[in-house]
Amino acid sequence: MGKREIPEVNAGSMADIAFLLLIFFLVTTTMSTDTGLARRLPPPVPDEIEDTPPIKDRNVFTVLLNSKNQLLVKGKPMRVEELKDAAKKFILNPDRDAKLPEFKQVEVENFRICEISKGVISLQNDNGTQYQAYLMVQNELQRAYTEVRNEFARKEWGKDYEELDSDEQKIVRTIFPQRISEAEPKNIGK
Amino acid sequence: MAKFRKKGGKATPAISTASLPDIVFMLLFFFMVSTTMKEVDLKVKIQVPEATELAKLEKKSLVTYIYVGLPTKKYQGMYGTEPRVQLNDAFATVSDIQSYIAQERDAMKESDRPKMTTSIKADFDCPMGIITEIKQALRKAQALKINYSARKKAEY
Repeated sequence: MGKREIPEVNAGSMADIAFLLLIFFLVTTTMSTDTGLARRLPPPVPDEIEDTPPIKDRNVFTVLLNSKNQLLVKGKPMRVEELKDAAKKFILNPDRDAKLPEFKQVEVENFRICEISKGVISLQNDNGTQYQAYLMVQNELQRAYTEVRNEFARKEWGKDYEELDSDEQKIVRTIFPQRISEAEPKNIGK
Repeated sequence: MAKFRKKGGKATPAISTASLPDIVFMLLFFFMVSTTMKEVDLKVKIQVPEATELAKLEKKSLVTYIYVGLPTKKYQGMYGTEPRVQLNDAFATVSDIQSYIAQERDAMKESDRPKMTTSIKADFDCPMGIITEIKQALRKAQALKINYSARKKAEY
């Protein structure tokens, strides 16, 4: 018997099947992992406590957001673009201005004695505020904290906050706690 | 002059397509691995707002979603054109959230329960009223870790 030639397998249909599967996965795929602004809500307040301890006026950074998405920061209108710098100034109080928050000396664990601001950011919005505007404000406040923390981390350890190990991050968090309190919204009108 | 062209000539040989399936399979595997199936059918229209300070939602099993938005065209006749809450596959009201959270929490492993995160996926144009109601409901349900879903915004 002579040498028989092996016939070539036609692979054309294999490509069809593979394409079919490919298209199925292409359609059902959602590529992006979910991202968002992480926040912690305050625990529910028990009914017995009615009065919160008073906070000095200078220690509060009030941010009001009305139904027309306009900002009122410490009694003055402001654009969203300016909010980050204003918040940073409030957090740091570089010149120890008497109108900006007080500081208290606290010994930070595994670190040295530091001055920690008593400032609190208070955010209040209207029921008619647009969600996007609210998130923008949250975003700017977060940005202010991130920048402050990064600057501090870079000064102390020469790298960004995100790159520090968890102990060091804890120190930074103790010195610059993220204190954003949200008041119950008002319904001032649509 | 030894070579002569044959009369009639040869037909061009078929191009081998044998490597085509290989390439397609490669793409296929890539998509199979990177794929996550859509869990729910969205009945509300959601265009999430933009932000820059984003955190990633890492573990899918720890995340509970609450969708808020206007009902899509199909459902507008039945559910109106005001923003609505969607839990799982159905429309719901804010008062359902507490039991929904409790139910989701029960389905989790004991050790995972404190790490439970609730992601609020809301349309950027929603008024804050409904979001605030949801937040209050979540506080009551002790689901305090939340995440406002947002897209990456281009630097400004």
